[in-house]
Amino acid sequence: MSLKGEGLGFYYKKDKWIFNKLDIKISPGEVKGLSGYSGCGKTTLGKILAGFIEPQAGTVTVDGAPLPRKGFRPVQMIYQHPEKAIDPRWRMRQVLTESFTPSRELVEALEIRGEWLGRHPIELSGGELQRFCIARALNPATRYIIADEMTTMLDAITQAKIWHVFKKLCAARNIGVVIVSHEASLLKRLCDSVIYLEDVTAKGSAA
Amino acid sequence: MFKKLKNMNARERMLIAAIFSGALLLAIFVLSFTISDGNLRANARIMDQGPSFSHPFGTDWLGRDMLARTMKGLRLSLMVGVVASIISVIISVILGVGSAVLGKTVDNVISWVTDLFIGMPHLIFMMLVCFMMGGGVKGIIVGVSLTHWSLLARVIRAEVLQLKNAEYMQISSSFGKSLWFIAWHHVIPYIMPQIIIRFLSVFPHAIVHEAAITFLGFGFSPQTPAIGVILSEAMAHISTGKWWLVFFPGFLLVLVAKSFDSISEQAHILLEPVSANE
Repeated sequence: MSLKGEGLGFYYKKDKWIFNKLDIKISPGEVKGLSGYSGCGKTTLGKILAGFIEPQAGTVTVDGAPLPRKGFRPVQMIYQHPEKAIDPRWRMRQVLTESFTPSRELVEALEIRGEWLGRHPIELSGGELQRFCIARALNPATRYIIADEMTTMLDAITQAKIWHVFKKLCAARNIGVVIVSHEASLLKRLCDSVIYLEDVTAKGSAA
Repeated sequence: MFKKLKNMNARERMLIAAIFSGALLLAIFVLSFTISDGNLRANARIMDQGPSFSHPFGTDWLGRDMLARTMKGLRLSLMVGVVASIISVIISVILGVGSAVLGKTVDNVISWVTDLFIGMPHLIFMMLVCFMMGGGVKGIIVGVSLTHWSLLARVIRAEVLQLKNAEYMQISSSFGKSLWFIAWHHVIPYIMPQIIIRFLSVFPHAIVHEAAITFLGFGFSPQTPAIGVILSEAMAHISTGKWWLVFFPGFLLVLVAKSFDSISEQAHILLEPVSANE
């Protein structure tokens, strides 16, 4: 029972590996940090784990089975820029219910206000939009969440609030979380363990 | 109760503009049915009369009432224009989206056909089609729609190729949404402005081409009250000072095209999130 990446390798230019022979494993309920300098492949690794891109080498398995190509993916990703992750032409009610209809408790826990639902995405701030992205990632079928720089562009107070709620919700459902960030203090505070990608790419393994 | 036009927001202004334009189109439509066809018959006693109370748009050199001819002509032209524009837009959407999502081979074939149609002179091709279909409404509709889809298909292909990489599209498919759901809810709204604009620019083309084809003898027969027929006939009489033959039909045609334009412009403002609440 875990999200496993085995022997993962990825390059944009042939044989110029960004990382290679990388192993990573996240158990349900675990909070794992992923850190490293800009351009070291943090987001790429996140996208591979979430099934958005295919690795050149290696496999990703969820609880023993390969990532499903069709249907709902149990590994969901939350992006850094919520305004790019939401269709600018939709109204927020549609955005909120695209993956499933969230319960009132979930909506209230994330402090999503009813008056926002009739608006377009440009009429909300980044922090407000990110709450919607979190809500729709928390589908009942979600087992793992990759949070890629989820709160980097938000102010400190909003960051703290969102992480507090997010961690509580994930813990309650036993969801495994990977937090991608280069803020060491944030990772130290939130994660059970932290992987530094530049160390791993040299050695080739991160358990 | 009535606010000054400047103080209204986009929604209120759009409502008023849409009501005006809609009322005009409806009035033409109703008039075209209520005026009796008897007014289209030649009548030697009332030849070449200027505008008067009994014949507001005057009469032509055969004594036919120009109001009746204009209204019936506009109805026919509107019908031809709308149907031809809709068909050409549908062809563009199918080929444009198909070209972008169905892979390289399909893309190559569709792009080749699109280039072929862009390179072909419209008028010649339409004459061929009209001749094949035996002239009349069908020939003009098929001719116009077959020649006017290629530019929009190219634009849509480019838009969809760009949209394919958008994060929200990939997220939607990670939610397990079907290709149809994504096409209908993400892609179509994205390309809708292009579709509306193209629809409206094809519309006057259809009317002009209809007139051109008719003028060359491949379209409607001369007794059909189409706006193109009326205008090309009136050309011969302008120099003799019979201004009403060309002024009223021409002016109404411009008005109708403008109403279409204003309806679509307001719709566009409402569809764009940036301006919806202005």
